[in-house]
Order: sequence, then C-alpha cells, then structure tokens
Amino acid sequence: MKPAPFRYVAPTTINDAVRQIAEFGYDAKILAGGQSLIPTMNFRLAQPQVLIDLNGVGELAFLETSPAGGLRIGAMTRQRTIERSALVAKNAPLLHATMPHIAHVQIRNRGTVGGSLAHADPAAELPAVMVALAARFKLRSVRGERWVPADQFYLDLFTTALEPDELIFEIEVPPPPPRTGWSIQELARRRGDYALVGLAATVQLDETGRCSNARLIYLSVGAGPTPAPAAAAMLLGKTPDAALTLEAARAAAHQDIEPMADIHATAAYRRQLVAVLGQRALREAFARAKESS
Amino acid sequence: MSTRYFGQPIKRNEDPRLLVGQATFTDDVHLPGMLHAAFVRSNYAHATIKQIDTQAARAMPGVVAIFTAEDLGDYWKPGPLLVPPPPVKHLVFNPRMQVPLAKHKICHAGEAFAVVLAETRYQAEDAAEQVFLEVEMLPAVVDIETALAPEAPLIHAGLAQNLNAHVVQEKGDYARARRQADVVIERKFYYDRGTAAAMENRGIVVNWDRRDQELTIWDTTQAPIAIRNGLAAMLGLSEQQVRVIAPFIGGGFGPKIMMFYPEEVVLPWAAIKLNRPIKWIEDRQENFYATTQERGQVHSAEIALTRKGKVLGIKDLFIHDAGAYAPYGLTVALNSQCTLLGQYDVPNYYSEFHSVFTNKPIVTPYRGAGRQHGVFVMERLLDVAARELGIDRVEIRKRNLITPNKFPYNNEIIYQDFAPLVYDSGNYLPALERAAAMIDYDRFLREEQPRLRAEGKRVGLGIVTYVEGTGIGPYEGARVTVEASGRVSVATGIGTQGQGHYTSFAQIVAEQLGVDVRNVRVVTGDTAQFYWGAGTFASRGAVVAGNAVHAAAVAVRNKILKFASEELDADESELELVDGSVRIADAPLRSIRLGELAQRANPLRGAVKPGTEPGLEATDYFGPERGATASGVHAMIVEVDPETMMIEIKRYVVVHDCGSVINPMILEGQIHGGVAQGIGNAFYEQLVFDPNGQLMNASFMDYLLPTSDTVPHIETDHVETPSPLNPLGIKGAGEAGAIPVGPLFAQALEDALNIPGLEIREIPLSPSRLYELVSQLEP
Repeated sequence: MKPAPFRYVAPTTINDAVRQIAEFGYDAKILAGGQSLIPTMNFRLAQPQVLIDLNGVGELAFLETSPAGGLRIGAMTRQRTIERSALVAKNAPLLHATMPHIAHVQIRNRGTVGGSLAHADPAAELPAVMVALAARFKLRSVRGERWVPADQFYLDLFTTALEPDELIFEIEVPPPPPRTGWSIQELARRRGDYALVGLAATVQLDETGRCSNARLIYLSVGAGPTPAPAAAAMLLGKTPDAALTLEAARAAAHQDIEPMADIHATAAYRRQLVAVLGQRALREAFARAKESS
Repeated sequence: MSTRYFGQPIKRNEDPRLLVGQATFTDDVHLPGMLHAAFVRSNYAHATIKQIDTQAARAMPGVVAIFTAEDLGDYWKPGPLLVPPPPVKHLVFNPRMQVPLAKHKICHAGEAFAVVLAETRYQAEDAAEQVFLEVEMLPAVVDIETALAPEAPLIHAGLAQNLNAHVVQEKGDYARARRQADVVIERKFYYDRGTAAAMENRGIVVNWDRRDQELTIWDTTQAPIAIRNGLAAMLGLSEQQVRVIAPFIGGGFGPKIMMFYPEEVVLPWAAIKLNRPIKWIEDRQENFYATTQERGQVHSAEIALTRKGKVLGIKDLFIHDAGAYAPYGLTVALNSQCTLLGQYDVPNYYSEFHSVFTNKPIVTPYRGAGRQHGVFVMERLLDVAARELGIDRVEIRKRNLITPNKFPYNNEIIYQDFAPLVYDSGNYLPALERAAAMIDYDRFLREEQPRLRAEGKRVGLGIVTYVEGTGIGPYEGARVTVEASGRVSVATGIGTQGQGHYTSFAQIVAEQLGVDVRNVRVVTGDTAQFYWGAGTFASRGAVVAGNAVHAAAVAVRNKILKFASEELDADESELELVDGSVRIADAPLRSIRLGELAQRANPLRGAVKPGTEPGLEATDYFGPERGATASGVHAMIVEVDPETMMIEIKRYVVVHDCGSVINPMILEGQIHGGVAQGIGNAFYEQLVFDPNGQLMNASFMDYLLPTSDTVPHIETDHVETPSPLNPLGIKGAGEAGAIPVGPLFAQALEDALNIPGLEIREIPLSPSRLYELVSQLEP
C-alpha cells in the first residue's frame, strides 16, 4: 500500500497552480485534502505522474458572506472550518448541519469543500447539498474563469464539468429564500461511514402555505447527486401534510430513483430507505419552512 | 496480614510504555542495511501457473533480488501439520498444507508466488507490479455446500474430492432418543466468514549475523518457541543459533498462532542468502488475504425434546470451510462439535462434519475458534423449541442445565486436546439467574416491553449461555529470579499480544514473594530468555503459563524461607514475606531485604554447602491433565427501527465464570474486547467473496469493524467456580466475550421485531439482510 512514484509540485499562488494544471493536464492529479486521493494512490488505483498540491495556495482558503447575503467559500476551505463557522450556521444552515455526517473529525480537519465537490463521489454529501442549495461554482484556468451551477456540474460517476486544465476556485451559496425549510438525512452502517442512502432536501412555501419549490437530492443511489423530480412535482402547489409527504417519498422511491445493490445493501432495501428518508426529510423540511414563515 | 496481589484490580505494568508510544513493536526494529520485502500475490483464486516473468522487475531501481519457488530449491516444502487429527474412529483426514511460494498452482486469491527484496518498501512494491504471472484459470470453489459435489473443480492433486476431513462423534444413542421424543425440531443454520483484523498486522524482521552465525527474528507470532525450533530445523541450524523475539504485539486473536506463514519461511532463508537484514510489514490489504481467517460453516441440526422441554438428544451435520489449506488440522471444526452441547445435560448426541477445501484464504482459529458455531446452533434450537413448546426461554435453559453435583461432567466425545471432553467444574444456574436479574428479565417482559410496544417501539431482549473449553496443554514453563536489587524477574516462553501478562504474571509472583507488582519485571516471547513452551492460544496463557509462574514463584518462596530461616535463625513457619523483605512475623524488626538475601545466596568468595544452587531462582513447569471449562451468560436489550432495521443496543450484560480471577480489571478488558469482536461478527463484519473467489471488501472502508459508537457500555459480573485442574483454580477468559454474541443478537432481534414467522438462522446480520428476511415473510 505504497503509492507508485510521482512528481510533486506545490504552487503557492492561484496563477502558478492553474499554469501547472494546464501544463500537466491529464497526467496530473490535484491534491486538496487528500482524504480520497491518497488512499486511492496507496492502493495504486490512481497512479498520477504529477501531484499538484494546492495546500500552499492561500488565495483558495476563504469563507465570507456573499454580496447577496449567502456564502462565498474558497475551494481549499477545510470541512472542519465550515462545521465550526457561525457564519455558515446562519447563512447556510443546511450546509452547516451536513458537516457532522461527513466521515470523521480527523478527516474533516484535512478534507476540503472543493476537494470533495471536484472528486464527485456519488456517496459524498457535499455535492448533493450544493445542488439542493442551488449553489454555483467558479472554475478557474489559464484561459480565465467561468461559473457553473451545481446541478450542471455533475455529469457522471466521478465525472464533472471541469476541463482538464480547470480547478474549482470558489463556491457561491445563495441566501435561503423566505419561508424555506431544509433537511439532511442519511443512514450509514456506522457513524462516519459512507451513507447507504442519504438526501438533502430544500422546500419553500408560498404566502398561502402551499409548496412553491422543492428539491430532493439523493446521494449513494446513482452516478452522482440524484434529484427526485417526480416527488418534487407532486409537492408543488399543495399544502404539505403527512399524506402528501408520504406519497412524494414513495414517488421518489418508485419513480425517480433506481438504486443499485452492493455488498452492503440490496436494491430493495435501498429503495425502502429512499422512501423512509425522503419522508423524514420532507417532514422536517416543511416543519422548518412553516416555522420560518 | 500481608498485602494481597492476586485478585486485585491492579493497573497494568506495561501501560505507561504503551501509552506514550515507547514500546517496541516489530516495525520499530530498524537495522543498518536493512532490505524491504514485498510479496507478489495472485489476483486469481484458482489457477495453474504457466510462467512467472521477473525480468522487467529485476531491472527496477533499488531491487536487490527476486525469488520464486524455483529459487528455493530443496528448501521449498509444504508447511508442517500443526495439529494432528484426534483419535476418533473411522476418521478421514487429508492434510494439505500451505507452501512458501506457490509453485504449480494458485489455490486462493492473495497467495504469494514471488518476493521482491529492495532497498525500500516503495521500490519493492514498484517492482512487484512488474512481476508477471501467466496462468491457466480454473473455476473456483467458493460455496462450501457444493464443494464436495461431483462436478466441483478439484483444488488439490491426489484427492478425488475437496475433502479435508470427515468426522463422526457420538454420545449415547440419538436415534433412540428421537423415537422417544415428543417433539423433534429441524433447522439449517449458516455462519459466514470474518477476519480477526488485529490492530497490528503481521510483521517480520530478520537479521543474520554471519560472524556469529546467529539468526535473530522479530516476529508478530503467538508462538516464538515453535517458530525457533521449526526454523532451526528447516535452515539446518542449531536451535541455539536462532533467537525469535515476539515483542509487543498489537493483538493476536489466533491467526498469529498459525505457522509457518510463507513469509516466516522465505525471509530468514533470503536474509542468510543475501547476508542482509530484511523487514516485511504486512499491510492491511495483504492482511485480508494472507492472514488466516475463520467462520464459514453450514449446520443441519435437529433437537429432540420431551413436551416439558427436556432435551433428549441433538443431531448435527455440518460442513466446515477449511479454506485453501488446512495446516491447523481439525481444531476449529472439533471446537464447534465439542462446544455445541454447552451448559446442557444432553444424553444423546450425534455430530458429523465434513471439512472441505475451498479457494479462499486459509482457515485457522480466530477468537472463539469454532465455538461460536456450536453455541449458535444450540441456543437457536432452544429458542425455537421454547417457542414451539410454549416455555419461557430462560426456563427451558434452566430445565436442561448441568447441575453442580454432576461435575466432572463427561460429554464422552474427544476434544481438540485429544482428551475426552470432560467439564472439570461449573455452577451454571447462579450465573443465569444473575444475568436475568441484572437485565431485569421478568420486569422487562412483563411491563417494559408491552409499554414500549404500545408506543410503537420495537425493543427486544436476548439471553444466552455458553461454555468455553480453555487452558489446554501441553505445558508452559517459567523462571522466577530475585535479583540483588530486590527486583524480581520472570521469564516465560509464551508470547503476549496485549493480554496484560506483564501485570497478571507479576501479581502471581508478588502474591508469593510479598513484593510490589511494579518491582516484578516479566519477559515473554523471547527465546533467549526462556527455552521451552508452546505458545499463546486457546485461552491458555493465564491458565498454563500462569500456573507455571506460580509453581516457580512457590519454589523461590521456599528457597527464600529455607535460606532466611538459617540467616535469621528462626523456624520457616515463623517467617513471612512482606514489602520486599522476609521477616519473623512476631518480631518484624528481625528481617532481611530479599535483595540482600539474593546477594548472600550468590556469594562471590568463600564456600557454599555442597549441592547448593546459587541465587534465589527457580524454573518450573505446568501441564494440565486437560482443559478447564469456563462458562457464562450474555444478555442484551436492543431497539430496532422497523423502517430502516438500524439497531441500538440499550443494555449489554455479561456474567462470566472463569474460576479464580487474577486481575478483575484485566478480565473486564478481555470481556469488553471479546464482546466488541462478537458484535462485529454478529452485525457488521463479513468477508464477501464473489463466485470467482475474489474478496469484494478487502479494506476497512467496506469491511465494517465495530467502532466506539457501535459497542455499548458492558455491565459485567462474575461467578467464581475455581478449576480443580490447576493450583490457582484459573480458567481461561480470552475468547468468552466473543462466543455467544451471534445467538444473542438473533434472539434479541426476533424479540424486538416481534413478527410472526421471523426466525433468524444466520450470522452475520445487517440492516439490509434483516429487511430482506422480514420482506420474505410478507405475502
């Protein structure tokens, strides 16, 4: 379990970093927190020629209120920083509540927001949460910058909209609209394990108490963050109650999601969890939305 | 009255060193010029070797040598059969042992076929990637129920079937018991594989000193003396030229008693050949393939009872997964066979097993060592019987317990130590009643559970019993020396993997010599310190080595008394050993420090009486007639979320009887660790092999060990029924915590879910599997 030989470069500015990424392209892997990449290299499943270490690029680690009242998060911000931030708790409570579900404290101490988002593990929480929050990512390369909405960033298994010369520079999370509620639900065998199934949900009520917007973004059930559009459609325009949330959760389980079996769970069990967790998430999210109205 | 040391919860002597990271583990040994080894392992589970191409690898940077089976020449031999079959009539036994490096065939994924020696482990692994194995693939034998089928691929040459052994053992006449029974219940039970996953993987450092012609090996083995003897014979060296040191070891649990692992054979040979020290530290991925595993069995069992729940007989036919080779003989399967009857007075028993070869890693004992399976079958049969007969589950157990007047109790079949399975002593009812009282059995079922069910909660209780055959022979020895400083040193041949021997053995000595436990230094696992011994296994360290230490300490005590009576001019009966001195009890000012006495017993000049042995030292041995039988009861309360099948253990109670207790704190630690492993085994851990014999979860990401949040607080209590088989009255405690957890989970989860028809007949379980079992019941 020792990695194959690689060249190590450690830029200290964002300009140097993108230049090196452009230079080495597919031969390079970007090292952020290393909590997925390093084990993969130790198993020799990844054998990059070059490792570009972003840990020395101070410009990538920041956390502040966005002009709109949401959050601006530098890609190299540690997950633990998010977890301990009062600002995040205030401006993006769903993101804040998600953090304890991500692995263990030791991993969150090193793990970064941008690293997890770019790695695009279908079992990871942060991609699903960013889609649920309608966040957008600023990508940077020697060619310049561009913004990509989170829901357009995830293309397939471990595959994103990042070009080989790009990195994530910044994540922008919009402020929560009025009368919104949220929930993060996941089930793991042991605390800190990858979720068997999880979801991040955000809902919004209109002034009459009807559901005007709903996002259920599941994790660990597909190639990436997996929305449940049929379930969401079922909620729109209706006043949420127990029967409705149950019906929507069932729609997620039987129309939207086609879970896979693996050694930890059968497809049927995962489908059951999609329904159970969906219902729990909606119940909690609508309760929060009503509270904030 | 002098201070008592035996039986006290004394803090461990070894902990300060361990806690600050200053203890020597094998990987802490660094030698100048040391090479690093990487073994090249097969990705296939079953294949014929066509060619091994090492050419490209030899040219890689840092590579010093690459060896395959061909290079080993005459040194290449299958390993020894460690445990011969017991003297059972009509027994069929086909021994097939592991080889140093695969030569003709690959028999399991991860089997090594070459070793790379390089300047660094990194370079060794880089080169290992460039060693190419060309094979003819063969279909793999994975499922043990079809391993003996006529169409099954054959694993070993010279065998017409993948049959390792066939054994029948009988007590009484089961067929007659069945005819007389009011009820006969038949069930099939499954128990799948896991791995011990010791915190420290295996490791070896070898140093060949060419000038002194001495070989030193640091090895994470549980049996350093046997390793020394075997290696000396294999390498053509005198035993005095080979020193094996088993330093601090981060957990043994049984797989480290296995020998000889291929790495243990190949690396000493290579170190001599290359005249360079070599280090190999098994990594976690290798550990999943290259270290032995345990636990695959399928049982078809039946129980015959009277209407009142008295067991008349048991019949059990089972298949045992031996893995690719079976160096450990029949120990695991015999333990299953011999532990099944448990605490119960069963007059008729028919037990038959087939041990089969499969293309999976080798099976050797791992904490519990087959006892789990027997206990699972028996306890589940009793649960089913209780339900069918409408008898309370504690009550049906009480009706069948062996009563105290029946000891020694002869089960008439042959145990793993080749002696008849005779329980030396036991007092089962008080432990069962104590556990029921601690878990509040009656009140829980009468009041609490109905109330919780009315709230929609699914909470259940489990309570099961077990026995553990412990402390088997042949023997261990120890040497106890009082030094001139007054400090006492103790040496024994067994190895230590975290059991607290540095303290418990010191307590045994302190008790005899009246010295502070902290002034007793214990050395284990160094063949240069003690020559004789068998090793640490079968929960025997405290029983066998402990009693050897006791015997040596008593001998030293006698020497002290004899010598002091001369020096103090007093009768031996007037003397007492207190606070590191020997003194006249009625005149405590007339005393001699033990160090002073030791010095006088070892004069530098002058004359001694003819026949005098120098110093205050004694060596003694202890070998029990047969094993001592420990026992216990586990009970728990568990809540299940019926929507997700996730569990929460609300309470966990252990009442345990391991005879006299040396150190209750160490004993609790043993039980806690065992329960943790048992919980892992019952609900989290499972080695999943695909139909090609590939292990699907060879990492801690997918192999789920119990963690601090999955192991509950454990409430313990003890019943002490001293064993008559050894002077200290000790029974072993190493495996007890892990043994009955499977049937405990099964019973408690059935009770919690309370779904008609739900019967759990397999371990391990998981939320997903529980959901599947429940779903299958619904129309």
